[in-house]
Amino acid sequence: MTAPAPIAAARGLCSCHVCQLVSRRVEGTPVAHCPRCGARLHFRKPGSVQRCWALIIASYILYIPANALVMMETGSLITYRKDTIVSGVVHLWKTGSWMIAVIVFIASVAIPLLKLFSLTLLLISVQRRSTWNPRQRTRLFRLVEAVGRWSMLDIYVVTLLAALVQLGSMATVKAGPAAVAFGAVVVLTMFATMEFDPRLIWDPLQKEEFHD
Amino acid sequence: MTERTAQLIACHDCDLLQRDIQLNPGCYASCPRCGAVLYRNATDSVDRTLAYTLAAAMVFLGANLFPIFSIEVQGDRSAITLFEAVLSLWDQHMKSISLLVFLTAIAAPAVELISITYLLLPLKLGKVPPSYPLFMRMLQVLEPWGMVEVLMLGVLVSLVKLTNNFRVIPGMALWSFAVLTLLLAAAAASFNARDVWAQLDAKWKDQVSS
Repeated sequence: MTAPAPIAAARGLCSCHVCQLVSRRVEGTPVAHCPRCGARLHFRKPGSVQRCWALIIASYILYIPANALVMMETGSLITYRKDTIVSGVVHLWKTGSWMIAVIVFIASVAIPLLKLFSLTLLLISVQRRSTWNPRQRTRLFRLVEAVGRWSMLDIYVVTLLAALVQLGSMATVKAGPAAVAFGAVVVLTMFATMEFDPRLIWDPLQKEEFHD
Repeated sequence: MTERTAQLIACHDCDLLQRDIQLNPGCYASCPRCGAVLYRNATDSVDRTLAYTLAAAMVFLGANLFPIFSIEVQGDRSAITLFEAVLSLWDQHMKSISLLVFLTAIAAPAVELISITYLLLPLKLGKVPPSYPLFMRMLQVLEPWGMVEVLMLGVLVSLVKLTNNFRVIPGMALWSFAVLTLLLAAAAASFNARDVWAQLDAKWKDQVSS
């Protein structure tokens, strides 16, 4: 880069995280509020890296029971099955619903892993103040932000099936304990995505450091 | 605050400071450094958003009042609405899942629809709704949590899973959810938070000064 890029925080300007209004704020002053919407002003999301790490580590831990435990129990007169997330996908594939198998695989296996690994990569790169390809890393963050919600798919499927198929001995579907763990993973990774501040990816290009 | 400060934009993804320019309808401005979309100029933003939202609100009622689908096994019929599904999970001691589904599929979209109507209907009529910053903020916070389109896909996946074993009769809410997904996407695409803030502020300042 030839000329230094004009950074809002470097000029004491702060963009409100709620209404995007740019207003002047002196660094070091204790608390400032947005003149338009009253939200607290921060140059950067406070404690972004620490909070994001905490949520990601919790998600990694919960990801284990989410995959090891039973997601859905299906019982009827003839058959009785206990499915984890992965065995459910395999069963769908084997019974010929390969389209649905692919959709469920993407939503329940690929997206949560993509989210966890991407956020880990972003956090490590931000902590090392890496200047490697910030544009691509920002795009990765936007991708994580956009696709994250789709992992709720399995939660909805289990809810609908468990509520509808309650026909006594004829057929029953029950939600398993993995549903709770998996739901928690989805919610925690969504919070982690919200806590992450993509501006931190760009800060190492500047000489000065910005906080709060 | 001076006029000059109001025209500045700091990119929400990389904090690059830049000046806004007038956009042609249907265009958007993106950050030259990181490529983030900074703001858009949707055609007839307020009118269209309001129209889509009011339509979505009506379809939303249909989607929640009617059963999504029913299954039939040897004359036994079982049908559920979305809220009954939530209640059923609550009774099956899956309270956290039940709550999560209720918040993301029913509560968040409902509050979003109410907030948009509360903000845009008075604006359209030339009035300023009281405590609009609160509602704008609520919209922004709720935005990631309304998951009607994911629920729609979930309904379709369940439908395919059920047809393997049962005779499935699609209900009224199934179609309602399909339409609702489209209407919400259209409303989100035409909603322009930056523009609504600017309009509400201008009206509010007029009211205070007069």
